[in-house]
Amino acid sequence: MNNVAIRVENLGKTFRIGARQERYQTLRESLTRTVTSSFRRAAAVLHGHASEGGTDEIWALRDVSFEVQRGEVIGIIGSNGAGKSTLLKILSRITEPTRGRVSIKGRVGSLLEVGTGFHPELTGRENIYLNGTILGMRRTEIEKKFDEIVDFAELERFLDTAVKHYSSGMYTRLAFAVAAHLETEILLVDEVLAVGDASFQRKCLGKISSVAKEGRTVVFVSHNTAAILSLCGRVTWLNAGKVRDDGETSTVVQRYLKSMSATEGLPLQQRTDRKGDGSARFVSLRIESADHDQVIRPGSRWKISVGYHSDQPLQRADFCLSVYDYMLGCRIFELDSEVTGGMTDLLPAKGTVTCLTDPVDLSPGRCYVNATLMRNGVLADYVPHALSIDVEVADVYGTGKTPARNHVINVIKHHWFAGNGTH
Amino acid sequence: MELPNSTRTETEFDLIIEPSRGWVSLQLRQVWEFRELLYFLVWRDIKVRYKQTILGAAWAILQPVFTMIVFSVFFGRLARMPSDGVPYPIFSFAALVPWGFFSNGLVAAANSLVGNANLIKKVYFPRLIVPISAVLSGAVDFLLALVVLLGMMVYYHVWPTIHIVFLPLFSLLAFIASLGVGLWLSAMNVQFRDVRHTVSFLVQAWLFATPIAYPSSLLPEPWRSLYGLNPMAGVVEGFRWALLGTPAPGAIIWVSTVASLAVLVSGAFYFRRMERIFADTV
Repeated sequence: MNNVAIRVENLGKTFRIGARQERYQTLRESLTRTVTSSFRRAAAVLHGHASEGGTDEIWALRDVSFEVQRGEVIGIIGSNGAGKSTLLKILSRITEPTRGRVSIKGRVGSLLEVGTGFHPELTGRENIYLNGTILGMRRTEIEKKFDEIVDFAELERFLDTAVKHYSSGMYTRLAFAVAAHLETEILLVDEVLAVGDASFQRKCLGKISSVAKEGRTVVFVSHNTAAILSLCGRVTWLNAGKVRDDGETSTVVQRYLKSMSATEGLPLQQRTDRKGDGSARFVSLRIESADHDQVIRPGSRWKISVGYHSDQPLQRADFCLSVYDYMLGCRIFELDSEVTGGMTDLLPAKGTVTCLTDPVDLSPGRCYVNATLMRNGVLADYVPHALSIDVEVADVYGTGKTPARNHVINVIKHHWFAGNGTH
Repeated sequence: MELPNSTRTETEFDLIIEPSRGWVSLQLRQVWEFRELLYFLVWRDIKVRYKQTILGAAWAILQPVFTMIVFSVFFGRLARMPSDGVPYPIFSFAALVPWGFFSNGLVAAANSLVGNANLIKKVYFPRLIVPISAVLSGAVDFLLALVVLLGMMVYYHVWPTIHIVFLPLFSLLAFIASLGVGLWLSAMNVQFRDVRHTVSFLVQAWLFATPIAYPSSLLPEPWRSLYGLNPMAGVVEGFRWALLGTPAPGAIIWVSTVASLAVLVSGAFYFRRMERIFADTV
């Protein structure tokens, strides 16, 4: 007996780049065009083409094939623009594929966003019904689960308050609570865990893993490799719209992380996977130990030199470096010039800025750095995985027992002694 | 998008997702399955509208009443427009009530897909529900205005005829016309944002192209019947006939009925055809 829940065959999806620009055409332009080429235009409308000449197509997905067995929890990883979200949108029928087919057995519920359709003017109670229906629950189903949802969200007292008065944490809790009670055979989840505080994230992860244990099929898209490692039995790695690897979770995740470090090898100036308006760019990034032995160990002070390049002198520049654990993908700390008082001086168009830290108590292991440069509050440049650094092994406690990164993230110097601590 | 029995033996699957080509079926059964969502979207629109505005329900009445006053002064009093033997204020108001339902519904539907972009990009449901709910959420305003109309009839001692039983049918006709035009406009609006700006011109021109300020009896036959190609001409004359007892409008009603249905059906197919690009473009 066939136990396939989802079968994806040769799936492809193109986006027309021309279609994007069409939206912003002016009335005058369109009137001129309507007059000059009304027939062609009418034909274009009827045939569903956005414009003549909009032939610039990009393949967001290409020849993607895989199968998901019933009860399997599969993770989808890949860098930005790899096609993960497009795949999920096709599976949840939000957008149509250009080629190929998907066959699905069982009712599908998709959580592409927490709180879709929430209306700020409506109360918590009203939004539970609205959001539940939008996610595809029947009214009777919502009524049956109502108390459970409210319990999970821990918001009994605010049920009849308009959601616009909620804090963002409350909002997220309520939204996730509704979503978590969606009882479909297949659940498609996209990065929804990227929201909320840490304890709530754990609760959500717990809920998803219990869903998985009930034998339901879960397709889980995430950047959070830690979540993928703990939840998924299998991972599909998408790269540039194609399946690059598919298999046992930790193997694929490791290969994926390894390839990320390969793009890091490129000089910063040649990196194309960046975002921002480009009005200022990172050109170099170097992290070294500010201590005399030049090696970064637990407790070393870091010295970071950032080279940048801009077309004109930089005003209100905000340099931010986020340091992540390599394997887990979780953010450990951030070095942000804005929070420390800001870069008040006008900076020359080309130059270097330096950041000096206090001792950094990181355990031995690998980290990577995402670099962000804001200019007058606008994102000028963002380079993910701009650099990776290794915190070398050191005998912090002088006992030869320094824990490694897979055990703890911080190594704190400390002492133990008998008594209550008063001398 | 769904082809349950395709070439291969895949009947074991509940859902097949494939690219669609050309004209596709309306899938009205699916719209029916999602009727609870339709209900909640209408409910949301009505609730939010009345929560957010200070005057709330009063707007539903003020808008047509104000137009009626303007029309009565300029067309009724100054231009001495004929009004089929009923007092001019009530003559114009009986037309403005269904007109308001039609035009507000049309504008709401035209902007509905763009306004609900966050839903369309994140959740699947039959997209037809969006413009349908936009038009339907005007029903409360329509009913309120209808109550005012009845109040005015009492004031002017105009008593409804037995033909009032047809009033729901004429209201349905207004709904069909509004949704039909709304479907065309909403689907076009996703692709060409200019539509948003042209809708207000369209509504304004349509207002005067409809026998609201004047009676359609100004036209001789067969032109009067042909006037029914404007679906609202039939609706307006139907309302006056059913409520105010003006002379029977005749063929204009049938022409309008056919015209509205044609717009609705073509609009629905056009909408479904364009649906595939909504999530990518909106």
